Amino acid sequence: MATVEEITQETASAKSFRLALSQPSRHLAGQHFLVRLTAPDGYTATRSYSVASAPEPSSRHLEITVERLEDGEVSSYLHDVVVPGDKLEVRGPVGGFFVWRGDTPALLVGGGSGIVPLMAMLRLARMSEHRGLARLVVSVRSPSELYYASELPGPEVVVAYTREAPTCALRPPGHLAASDLQGSVLPKATVFVCGSSGFADHVTSLLAQIDIAPERTRVERFGPTS
Amino acid sequence: MSFTRGFEGRRRKERNPGLPPGQYDVGSDWPVLSAEPTPELSTASWSFAIEGLVRQSVRWTWEEIHALPPASYEGAIHCVTTWSKFGVRFGGVSVDTLLALAEPLPAASYVVAYSSTGYTTNLPLGDVTGGKAFLVWDYDGHPLEVGHGGPARLLVPHLYFWKSAKWVAGLRLLDHDEPGFWEVNGYHDRGDPWLEQRYQGD
Repeated sequence: MATVEEITQETASAKSFRLALSQPSRHLAGQHFLVRLTAPDGYTATRSYSVASAPEPSSRHLEITVERLEDGEVSSYLHDVVVPGDKLEVRGPVGGFFVWRGDTPALLVGGGSGIVPLMAMLRLARMSEHRGLARLVVSVRSPSELYYASELPGPEVVVAYTREAPTCALRPPGHLAASDLQGSVLPKATVFVCGSSGFADHVTSLLAQIDIAPERTRVERFGPTS
Repeated sequence: MSFTRGFEGRRRKERNPGLPPGQYDVGSDWPVLSAEPTPELSTASWSFAIEGLVRQSVRWTWEEIHALPPASYEGAIHCVTTWSKFGVRFGGVSVDTLLALAEPLPAASYVVAYSSTGYTTNLPLGDVTGGKAFLVWDYDGHPLEVGHGGPARLLVPHLYFWKSAKWVAGLRLLDHDEPGFWEVNGYHDRGDPWLEQRYQGD
């Protein structure tokens, strides 16, 4: 079980939930937790949410960021009903492949809500003495849709706006291109790609253009159903 | 088990009894999930093998596999990420047909399905025999798209869909269980949706 301690509005459609766990659980950056809701008649609905927070020493807290989907059974409940103090049934952490332990070079490429598990990785990098090991490239439609906007800016972060960019931006709006990734690649970096299926496919074809082998790439596909 | 404050479960009035516990009907969508990038494969260099604890290892080319008696599946598939899809139609060949030509040895009790991408998944041999499993290359009357595992994937519809290995290249028969990719990463060795065998320890 977990208690909702704090809720933060990231964007118009996304909220972050800081949870206090009843049992300590130290996750790895990139893993996710399951949230299960139970109706009075026993009906259950379960969804998986990536952990946005870096592993914490006390292992008692974690943060998930949830996008509210229009016909999302669980996301609409989390957004519309849950308040601090509420208890949620959670289980995890889950996932052993799309994880970064913080000690090797990594290129993180996220599209929209796909930034969530990559944020755990970036936060881990920033906490440690290996700050430069992780580089993040985020693709997002417009500034109002960027999660963690105030926390992101940094030498290791590139934001690529696809539809509408801030007036001061050097890069004009447009889809992610190989040149957006090129500058962030470190030798021997593992590449973590997260976003919609279409985004993941687009990025893997860009990676091929800059000679990054599929064996170095780990993909997590998000969607209304995953 | 106590219930979650204020949660009613919007869809429960239309709940389909064909839905295993914890699943919901994804309707006309077919989500794509994979850990590795989608590979580039051609039928010209495609092959499928059955090897390991068999009387003879067998390998088929694309043409050879299409010459075998066809089989099809129409029904539901269930993904561990909670979506289920009904009324899917796949065409290909029954794994029974393939195994009959390789002749499993009496000691064979488990299978590892392996893909050209390096993906693996393990199953009890009994879960791929008796009409329960297929090698398929057609979906809904059309060639299976590469994103969904084409040119050919394994289909084991009574288990969670990660067992239906995309881009499958062969089956290896063993006398012991050998956890595959997702199983090593925390998912269940068998994966029966009706028993909610999602993760190790379930």
